[in-house]
Amino acid sequence: MHPDILKAYQSRPNHTIRNLILAVVFIVVIGWSFETIVYSGINPNGVIIAKNILNAMVHPNLDWLLNFNRSGTSIPWLMIETIAIAFLGTLLGAILAIPMAFLSARNITGKVVSGGGNTLISIIRTFPYFILGLMFVRVTGPGPLAGVLTIGISSIGMISKLYVEIIEDIDKGILLALDATGATTFQKIRYGIIPQLTASFVSAAIYRFDINVRNATVLGLVGAGGIGFTLIAALAVYRWNDAAAALWGIVVVVLLTEAISNAIRSKLVSG
Amino acid sequence: MNKKPPRPAKAKSTRSVPRRKLGPFLRMVWDHKIVQKVETRTLTLADGTASTRPFSFQLVNFTALFLVFAVFWDMIVGAYFRKTSLWLFFRRVPNFFNILEKMVTTLDFAYLGNIIDPLIDTVQMAILGTAIGALFSLPVAFLASQNIVKNKAVSGFFKVFLSLVRTFPTLVYAAVLAFVFGYGTLVGVIATSIFTFGIMTKMLYEVIETLDLGGFVAIEATGANKVKAFVAAILPQIMGSFLSFSLYNFEINIRASAILGYVGAGGIGILLDENMSWREYGRIGVIMLTLFVVVILIENVSRYLRRRLS
Repeated sequence: MHPDILKAYQSRPNHTIRNLILAVVFIVVIGWSFETIVYSGINPNGVIIAKNILNAMVHPNLDWLLNFNRSGTSIPWLMIETIAIAFLGTLLGAILAIPMAFLSARNITGKVVSGGGNTLISIIRTFPYFILGLMFVRVTGPGPLAGVLTIGISSIGMISKLYVEIIEDIDKGILLALDATGATTFQKIRYGIIPQLTASFVSAAIYRFDINVRNATVLGLVGAGGIGFTLIAALAVYRWNDAAAALWGIVVVVLLTEAISNAIRSKLVSG
Repeated sequence: MNKKPPRPAKAKSTRSVPRRKLGPFLRMVWDHKIVQKVETRTLTLADGTASTRPFSFQLVNFTALFLVFAVFWDMIVGAYFRKTSLWLFFRRVPNFFNILEKMVTTLDFAYLGNIIDPLIDTVQMAILGTAIGALFSLPVAFLASQNIVKNKAVSGFFKVFLSLVRTFPTLVYAAVLAFVFGYGTLVGVIATSIFTFGIMTKMLYEVIETLDLGGFVAIEATGANKVKAFVAAILPQIMGSFLSFSLYNFEINIRASAILGYVGAGGIGILLDENMSWREYGRIGVIMLTLFVVVILIENVSRYLRRRLS
């Protein structure tokens, strides 16, 4: 080999020690985590149940899967209800997030107020949405309206966090230019700020909508409507074929809404 | 000078947006061509030149959004208030704030001792689930990358499989798997790792597909097989993204595993479930406070590490 190449090769940065430390830390942490698993041997029933579940996935309850009426046993109806919960919830969250985000944007309210707003956003983000669901069930009674309120309030955290980033990115040059033309404050907001924000805000809300659809599929667990209650109820009484129908419903709902929101988002980007 | 302005629709049709596989009619609706043909607004300026501006589609978009909204609103909110009076609803609104108030005012710090163990379980579940999911995601990302596996059928198959895996939330996996593995943290670990596997693999193959394959091809040309070339040429390139994605997933998983106890998968969720049904809101408050501190701590450490990685 050419001596210069050899020299360059030998003087390559040496990361061995750093990598070794990282590897040891990772292995220790992961090894420590293994203590959480209490292995109690293979449950012989478990194997049979696994077989039954896989079998049921191939033979879901077609009566439930294809029937359309306003009841808890009609998967298409529950699918629409789930999407409706996610849609209305996202809309509620996206609207409530607007004042929240303007309060928490550093370039608008300054360091102190925005710090407080950001703490509130973090609190909402860690508040488990199940607890929120149970709290709303005690207001509205069990049903999809509790789901809408839960999804709405729980998505404020993430949506306003995304909004804050968009607001802090605002191009102030446009406002200067509008000033130069003699625009009033209202005109500056209407023509200088709103057009900059709309597309990004809608895109952020759609991003959260995808997550909300997934959350709405399990909110039924706490009685807040959607397809989840049917799934859990069917599982609890070991009716795998009914549960499989609900699972396929979830697959269709999630893939469908994902495809639609991807299409809308790419249209937003291309203008 | 009243010459007819050219149709802006023609100019618009040449834009280079990737076409979706919609029917021709749906595509026309989607591109707003139909409305565009109906109306374009013409303006005559002071010097006599005519200027057209395309029909504003905001109205169309807004109407569509409003229709969807109206249908859904009637389905849920309308249906609710047809059965329950508005007065009853407003009378029960304070319930929500009462619970919130009890959480804050009756904070039960004596309960802290009962929290530590389940909380550690939750964190361990998230760590282990992330690690296992990440480990399995590497080989499958290799198989799902179109530029490495030249066979479109193979990579396509894995992509469809992965999008199916990604449809179920962690909680659904846990609810189903609890019947197979019995209640406990093992279910939480497996559910978390399946979910992580789905997301991680997608993120990884998206990175691999944008990589420069020069090194990979060069090593293949020396006679190495694809797996060896992958390890030597691709792995070092994606290692940073791999670690960064793992940390990102860990952040998601720590939030998700906090509620897994609801379906019997162990961790802090069990305590949340119990105390919520016993109406011990002071304890709920302490649990949430601890959870908040742990999540923020982990998130900040993880963000710091991710910044260092990139």
